[in-house]
Amino acid sequence: MSDVPFLDITIFVPLAGALLLAFIPTQRSTWIRYGALAVSLIAFVTSLGVLLNFETSNAGFQLGSTASWIPQWGISYATGVDGISLWMVMLTTFLMPLGILASWSIEKRLKPYFIFLLALETGMLGVFSSLDLFLFYVFWEATLVPMYLLIGMWGYERRIYAAMKFFLFTLVGSLLMLAAILYVYFSVQNPTFNYQTLLAQVHFDAGVQRWLFLAFFASFAVKVPLVPLHTWLPDAHTEAPTAGSVMLAGVLLKMGVYGLIRFAIPLFPNAAREFVPWIMALAIIGIVYGAVVAIMQRDLKRLVAYSSVAHLGFVVLGVFVGSIQGMSGGILQMVNHGLSTGALFMLVGALYDRRHTRRIADFGGLAKSVPILSGVFLFVALSSLGLPGLNGFVGEFLVLLGTFLSYRWWVIPAAFGIVLAAIYLLWAYQRVFQGEPDLEANRTLPDLRVREMIMLAPLVALIVFIGVYPKPFLDRIEPAAQRVVTVLNQGRPTPELQSSAETQP
Amino acid sequence: MIPGPDFLGLAGTIILTTLSTAVFLLFFGSRLNRWSTLAQRIPGWVGWLAAISVGRAFFEAIVLLVRLLERPEEHRSIAVHAFDWLSVGGFKVGFDFLIDPLSVTMVLVITGVGLLIHIYSIGYMKGDPRFSRFFAYLNLFTASMLLLVLADNLLLLYVGWEAVGLCSFLLIGFWFEKPSASNAAKKAFIVNRIGDFAFLLGILLIAGTVGNLTLGQVNAQAGAMAAGTATTICLLLFAGATGKSAQIPLYIWLPDAMEGPTPVSALIHAATMVTAGVYMVARMSPLFEASGGIALTVVGYIGALTALWAALMAAAEYDIKRVLAYSTISQLGYMFLAHGVGGYSAGMFHLVTHAFFKALMFLGAGAVMHGLGGETDMREMGGLRKVMPITGWTFMMGWLAICGVIPFAGFFSKDAILATAWAQGEYVLWAIGIATAFLTAFYMSRLYFRVFEGRVKVPEGVHAHDVPWTMAVALIPLAGLALVGGFLNLPGSLTLEHFLEPVVGESTVPHGLTPWLLAGGALLVAALGIAVAGSLYLSRSGNVRRRTLVHRLGPVAVAARNKFYVDEIYGYGIVLPAKRAAAFAADVFDPKVIDGAVTGIGRLVGRTSEAIRGMQSGYVRSYAATFLIGVVIITSVLLARVGT
Repeated sequence: MSDVPFLDITIFVPLAGALLLAFIPTQRSTWIRYGALAVSLIAFVTSLGVLLNFETSNAGFQLGSTASWIPQWGISYATGVDGISLWMVMLTTFLMPLGILASWSIEKRLKPYFIFLLALETGMLGVFSSLDLFLFYVFWEATLVPMYLLIGMWGYERRIYAAMKFFLFTLVGSLLMLAAILYVYFSVQNPTFNYQTLLAQVHFDAGVQRWLFLAFFASFAVKVPLVPLHTWLPDAHTEAPTAGSVMLAGVLLKMGVYGLIRFAIPLFPNAAREFVPWIMALAIIGIVYGAVVAIMQRDLKRLVAYSSVAHLGFVVLGVFVGSIQGMSGGILQMVNHGLSTGALFMLVGALYDRRHTRRIADFGGLAKSVPILSGVFLFVALSSLGLPGLNGFVGEFLVLLGTFLSYRWWVIPAAFGIVLAAIYLLWAYQRVFQGEPDLEANRTLPDLRVREMIMLAPLVALIVFIGVYPKPFLDRIEPAAQRVVTVLNQGRPTPELQSSAETQP
Repeated sequence: MIPGPDFLGLAGTIILTTLSTAVFLLFFGSRLNRWSTLAQRIPGWVGWLAAISVGRAFFEAIVLLVRLLERPEEHRSIAVHAFDWLSVGGFKVGFDFLIDPLSVTMVLVITGVGLLIHIYSIGYMKGDPRFSRFFAYLNLFTASMLLLVLADNLLLLYVGWEAVGLCSFLLIGFWFEKPSASNAAKKAFIVNRIGDFAFLLGILLIAGTVGNLTLGQVNAQAGAMAAGTATTICLLLFAGATGKSAQIPLYIWLPDAMEGPTPVSALIHAATMVTAGVYMVARMSPLFEASGGIALTVVGYIGALTALWAALMAAAEYDIKRVLAYSTISQLGYMFLAHGVGGYSAGMFHLVTHAFFKALMFLGAGAVMHGLGGETDMREMGGLRKVMPITGWTFMMGWLAICGVIPFAGFFSKDAILATAWAQGEYVLWAIGIATAFLTAFYMSRLYFRVFEGRVKVPEGVHAHDVPWTMAVALIPLAGLALVGGFLNLPGSLTLEHFLEPVVGESTVPHGLTPWLLAGGALLVAALGIAVAGSLYLSRSGNVRRRTLVHRLGPVAVAARNKFYVDEIYGYGIVLPAKRAAAFAADVFDPKVIDGAVTGIGRLVGRTSEAIRGMQSGYVRSYAATFLIGVVIITSVLLARVGT
């Protein structure tokens, strides 16, 4: 079985499917919808091949392939996953069919919509699987265009502004990264873009490392986004169609963190180490600031967008605290955020489909008219605010524990984020779902349809599963995470738990 | 470990029975009523199913108790492991359960009192459109509470701790159409989250210090901790308890929580959930002991002051449920007072008896509301014992128990607390306790006399009626327990304090002549409180005396009636400024300052401004294409250089 290149197949299935979709006549909208769904499901199934063949305890890259592409320039097609990218790949293939289901109500220009969505999927999968910097950059930029078009063409009122802002913010970042990639490329004896070769060969002195790290960091920090580079996010999220928001929050933001883990830290470990306190400070500011700003939002989608800023703050914090608990928790939290926030965006989208508004003040009392939708919303909100027993808590607790082990005082403002999360989510829940439905329009809404339940059920199931039994995830994350932590910590003692940990029966 | 009965199976069954029923009812409760004619033919089957599942758990709990008692005393602490939960880099937490006298005591109270309240609810909630959801939540609560007390590590305990908070949120806001109910629910959750924030920091500090969160290990290593660390941990954990168990400064959510259906107030906000903090401190007693004096002093004084403070408010309140809510806060304060002077078994004893008599009184209050069409204002009631004899007589048992009249349950447990305080030389705490005992006897007699004695008075247009049998079968056993519950701790037989000894240490309740003198004193104080209330509320000239008294007390009475303005102080001192700051961040700082600065820099550096102008005139795509082409050109030029 493992001879089948599941990973490479998974990467290109969506693109191939997109090309096939192009041949379906435009007026056959049902064929297009089901075709897109089928393609994304095939990609999910092949990605299961990746998951099942993954060796749990192996910290290195697996299941990929290498082929020379443009050998005279040192460019190769090199792929592979480790315990970190594995889950990013799985998250992508898992969310895409759900995102397509969430797009069922799209009527206009259906065909290009699904083509872009599937092209986006190949781009994202490529980003997470590339082991060649050139290939990585190509995929990285390749996600930009479909996302830009999805927001700009199928978005809401201010879509053009939002799409442009998204595009420019990200592009400025990526240009800096491109320059840094090229510098790295030229810095070795036989210029190459191959990640693993570069990793073994590059040695930069401190000053150069600092600049290169900052160039990579700028690109990734915009994507994450870290405060103060986050202002494109609320606009992009608010204006994007539901599936756009789901993929944006669920996967695209993770590309930023992933880039930090995969490239910025291992290639420039000394600089990364140097900037740890600064990055942690930005992460914690993000946790608190994102939550505070979320509290007073009037638009439900904007509120969820700002909650993403807070959540991604937790992720980045975990990644940079330099302990295995923090790193593993941060990576798991990326998956959790994809599930919870993805579900929240779907629910907000479902509300928009019914009421054609996202303004919190336009709702009220919906728990009476749409009890199932309201129950699912509350459930997902609880996972998002880190209720123990659900997925968010597992990630957040590990991040906080990791933070505490390395920098004990920093944990106080970070942990305060859980109080703020309860405030903005429950207050929003109260205003939207509780009370009497005063407006006539809120009294007669249809509850979740079967399609919507099918698209939310897998998310709900995973939210519980990870909350109760995260072991299958953590076991695969830990070896790869440990490798990055070791790199980040060189020259600094790794924080250890007390020895009594071993005495437990 | 001695092989023997399947303790994991028992603990698992106890939790899973109620949890699975909750999930089943949540998904199918109301649906089956629509689909199945059989379901329609058995009215209230949802409630019975829920009650049966709790009954089953109660039965298993008794089995657990028997299995525990079969074992020699030193082997009555059994830890069982279900499966791993979190395990990263040497840090391990599992789904581990601890079965020992303390957890079994709690399980018996939760399932026993819970069973009666479930049955009561079948009658009380009859006709509610969300009948089955109510029982789903109630069962979910029971499962969460059982998880809390059976957990063998602090993180799993925290799961239960927050899950009961969630159920409390769901049930306080059960009638979410009412803004007051949804506000109260939100307030409860957020205030509790503030406490939980501290609790979580405490857990992190333990994990960092001990490397492990297993209860036994944490307590075993308490002695090796630096005193400062241990004290900090204890204070953080206790801060969590002030949220969950409604103590100063976080008690403010509990009076509002009375917006929930009354069985909820009885089960969650009197008998079980609010005692979680008391349980937790008892559970961590070796740690609190090892931390030296400061933490315990804080626990004792916060408890004592809360007891007094809440009793003052109870004495000025007219809403029957809110009097009981303040009373609960006050009685919880007693339990912490007991812990603070090292009387853990006395505190637990009071927890148990309080669960009996306070659940009874809440259910009695619910019966009154049920009989009077939802009325809660005591000024609209009077002489109800004649109209509602079952409610009246059973309530009387609760009233006598909380006043501490011999031989009712409260007499023994309250006396154990006060005697311990005295024996430990904590005369100030003892004095606060005795003052509170007077106030307790006074305000509860005030309630009892106003509502059940004197001339019959019911709100206009209401035909008062006594409880249906489903409610009566809950009231009567609880009344019995309020009467005899104190005998749990009579010396000689298997006493509660002796049973708990392996967990919380030897009892510190003194023996000899002093405790009898103290008990006599406490009885006199109780009698005085009842007498004062009688002279104000039973005698014909009570009206005049009341007015004079209120006049004499002046501002104190006004302040107490206004809950000492604490809600207002928090509102204007914390909530409002925080809200203003958040509004500033959301409406000014983020869009204007940060976005303005970032896009402003962008404009200076690049051609953003032109791009945006271009976008407005409709050339967006061409600009996007230009950028992309630019990237491609730069890349190819650079690459070409390498290639040659």
